[in-house]
Amino acid sequence: MNIQDYKGVFVFAQQVDNVLSGIALELVGKGKDLAKDLGVDVTAVLVGSDVASLADELAEYGADKVIVVDDPELKEYRTEPYAHALASVINEYKPEIFLIGATAIGRDLGPRVSARIHTGLTADCTQLEIGDFPINPIPGREQLHNQLLMTRPAFGGNTIATIACPEFRPQMATVRPGVMQKAPREAGRKAEVINYNPGFTPDNKYVEILEVVKAVSDTVDIMDAKILVSGGRGVGSPENFKILEDLAAVLDATVSCSRAVVDAGWKPKDLQVGQTGKTVRPNVYFAIGISGAIQHLAGMEESDIIIAINKDETAPIFDVADYGIVGDLNKIVPALTEKLKEAIANK
Amino acid sequence: MKIVVCVKQVPDTKGGVKFNPDGTLDRGAMLAIMNPDDKAGLEAALRLKDQYGAEVTVVTMGLPKAEEVLREALAMGADKGILVTDRVLGGADTWATSQTLAGAIRNLEYDLIITGRQAIDGDTAQVGPQISEHLNIPVISYAQDIKIEGDSVIVQRQYDDRYHVLKVQMPCLITALAELNEPRYMTPGGIFDAYDAEITVWGRADLKDVEDSNLGLKGSPTQIARASDKVRKGAGEKVNLDVTESVDYIIDKLKVKHVI
Repeated sequence: MNIQDYKGVFVFAQQVDNVLSGIALELVGKGKDLAKDLGVDVTAVLVGSDVASLADELAEYGADKVIVVDDPELKEYRTEPYAHALASVINEYKPEIFLIGATAIGRDLGPRVSARIHTGLTADCTQLEIGDFPINPIPGREQLHNQLLMTRPAFGGNTIATIACPEFRPQMATVRPGVMQKAPREAGRKAEVINYNPGFTPDNKYVEILEVVKAVSDTVDIMDAKILVSGGRGVGSPENFKILEDLAAVLDATVSCSRAVVDAGWKPKDLQVGQTGKTVRPNVYFAIGISGAIQHLAGMEESDIIIAINKDETAPIFDVADYGIVGDLNKIVPALTEKLKEAIANK
Repeated sequence: MKIVVCVKQVPDTKGGVKFNPDGTLDRGAMLAIMNPDDKAGLEAALRLKDQYGAEVTVVTMGLPKAEEVLREALAMGADKGILVTDRVLGGADTWATSQTLAGAIRNLEYDLIITGRQAIDGDTAQVGPQISEHLNIPVISYAQDIKIEGDSVIVQRQYDDRYHVLKVQMPCLITALAELNEPRYMTPGGIFDAYDAEITVWGRADLKDVEDSNLGLKGSPTQIARASDKVRKGAGEKVNLDVTESVDYIIDKLKVKHVI
């Protein structure tokens, strides 16, 4: 591998049902920053079936180039044809950096692609920057410049590690959704569109999709909510989430939950906050009956204001709460809802 | 049917997290457990064994102490435990770890390989899919249900807003979610037998078709540039009031912060 041959920042523009995922635009935004530091272009790699029309949106959010891999085999996400698409694009166009969203798709696709092309992959990054490796000069060792420094939480969010991939290209990272900012949309901005199809021949690794079952959900994405009313196992039952929903209705807030609630089957996975769920940073986060396992804290501790209600005064959630209330949620939450109704009506 | 399950011994971060006085994690004071997603993978394998009949071999890579999770797996009902341990394998990132495990699994017969989706210490979710790539077999990640039909598996694969029902011919690799099932307890007889059971120990020389340049710290493409314990934002106020006072307290804070 000649590292000098690898140029440019590529991002995987994830789409589902031919709608770009939020992470696609976030990665274009971040990729643009990194590309600027390196003096190169940012290229979005759009993979799917009949997806070419999405290239304009990627351009308006900052992509300089869009590589479109369009094939009927790519209609629904499947590991093998998508891995083949990305590995082929990497071998053909040789980017120095390749970013993928740390979604349920990207966390499957990233490892398969990085293993196929033999490079490193850093998971669930929350910060990316261009810098030197080693970060501080070490006598007798060459300090490499223009390296991608990838920072990620580990150990359930208790430690922070910065990783480099100095000897292999591309430098690959999956990036946690909701952390990077998308760039402002520039209407009418154009990108160079390149159509590329490496050919798709089904083999033993192509799985068959028997059924696609979509979760019925009319709720706001919890990552977009300004106020979250989040419940944990302490809420006690799926029926008792009613008191959280009532509180959320008064505040025009959205209900979310901890992993324990999803594991118990009380709420769907898309409402889960935490390391294996979503990372949220609302203006106000109510943690109600949530003990605060560090995996949960990792997904919500960047919230502006954290209000915790829990009967166990030793619950770890109080270690990150701005305002902690030790008490019975079954009494406090309904009373709070009533009082808020009055307070808002009298405003 | 032959099933290989990969498990990892990890420090228990759930519930029993211990901190040093300076706020950093006290790893020495934490229990070492079988990684929860891996345990769900093992349970899934044992259920397939109960239902269809299977030989379940459990493989772990780690320090000699990791033998503990193999004995636990045997006590739950696994048939064979293999510990892959060698100084030259230390410091491995996910690339080198997956190369090591693939090198071990090449010695075994298998229809199905099951790994946990991710370990609670690293949280990368990479090793399972990477093993499948090295072995050139299909992968289905994030499995929330597994069934066997003839020479195929039918798996519910979870996504954020949906699941896919997928069918693939074996051999294949599946990564399991902890939500998949409730792992069984070890049986007293199982514990007794597991204590005496022989654990197979493999070192570098036992790995098949793997180059030295892909193993251990030296074979790891990713390198740590910096590591630090995370500085958490400190606790704010904590109050213990009656219901009415609690409500007034919250409303007051919401007003001060201009939320209402």
